Amino acid sequence: MFNRLADFIVFELLGLQADTSVAQSLHFFVMDITKIFFMLILVIYLMGLFRSFVSAEKVRNYVQGKKEWVARSLAILLGAVTPFCSCSSVPLFIGFVEAGIPLGVTFSFLIASPMINEIAVVMLFGIVGWKITLLYIFSGMVVAFVGGIIIQKFKPERWVEDYVWKIRMGEAQALEQDNSLQARHRYALTEVKTIVGRIWKWVILGVGAGALFHGYFPQEWASNLGDTNNFLAVPLAVIMGVPLYSNAVGVIPLAEAMLLKGVAIGTTLAFMMSIAAISLPELIILRKVIKWQALALFTTIVTLSIILVGWFLNSIL
Amino acid sequence: MIEVKVLGPGCKNCQTTHKLIEDVTSENGIKISLDKVEDMAEIMSYGIMSTPGVIVDGKIAHAGGIPDKKTILSWFKSSCCPADDNCC
Repeated sequence: MFNRLADFIVFELLGLQADTSVAQSLHFFVMDITKIFFMLILVIYLMGLFRSFVSAEKVRNYVQGKKEWVARSLAILLGAVTPFCSCSSVPLFIGFVEAGIPLGVTFSFLIASPMINEIAVVMLFGIVGWKITLLYIFSGMVVAFVGGIIIQKFKPERWVEDYVWKIRMGEAQALEQDNSLQARHRYALTEVKTIVGRIWKWVILGVGAGALFHGYFPQEWASNLGDTNNFLAVPLAVIMGVPLYSNAVGVIPLAEAMLLKGVAIGTTLAFMMSIAAISLPELIILRKVIKWQALALFTTIVTLSIILVGWFLNSIL
Repeated sequence: MIEVKVLGPGCKNCQTTHKLIEDVTSENGIKISLDKVEDMAEIMSYGIMSTPGVIVDGKIAHAGGIPDKKTILSWFKSSCCPADDNCC
């Protein structure tokens, strides 16, 4: 459908020849923009509906007192379906601690939340296809799962700021809620407006960059760069990625360019994960609830887990 | 006077929510006193984990994400006098 639309606009409306670089770039751009916006609106809307049923407070109550692996899996799923707003990570952290949920489980949530989100998934799916998207989601979950377990082994409780332990969650009566489907529909629609309103420029910019690579990238480069896939490529990519901070939208065209250059999938996905998972703004916000030792531990463990996953993917693909 | 509190550490969504409530209430002539709560201990005391949260007369009206105008208006319908038809 999107392909036909792009055919129509580029070849018939603009009358461009199919074999030129301009036409190829433009065709890619029109097809991807329409496809990605269509999917973004659909997915954000559905996630909005879903979130109107499942709140963080409900999940907290549900995770509380569950077996650790169940709690961890739930926390990661929650992290994947909540949009990452770093300002919510502090109240969430405190809420989890107060509920007696092990810190390692909370860290699993904190790792998964920025890495796996609907926007990254839609962009990846639109640009590099469903196989790599699934691989990305799965790798992100593995890093969150394993990372949380390792962090737990270091007993990070001793590095939680004292005031966090003193906070007691109260319970206030809820105002009569409008639980009709209409109200949920309005909530989901507001989500779409807010999120798309915030990211549309970046989507156009990102897809535009991708389109340029598509039409103008010389094929010979690929074979030349292919042999950079040695053992050190993954740690180098991850170490470069950690200080970089970008939202999912900005990372994906970069990832596409790397794949086109012949960089291995494991290296590329590790690079993407390292950019998304650890960012200075998030660390600064988390510093409000945990001491720097815990932040250093968090950064180190996540970095190492991502490197391991990258190596693993490279070795099996 | 209805007491309204916006709970949140001062992020973009909290500011937007604050402004929306201001707009909706002034458009509809509803008198409220609007406060921002940024203190974590106080936010958590309402049992809210997803910010922004909104408290109307001590009750949780909203948690997480930006509320739409119609929803905001609905909070004030229920918290005032049912006997008075011209109320809101």
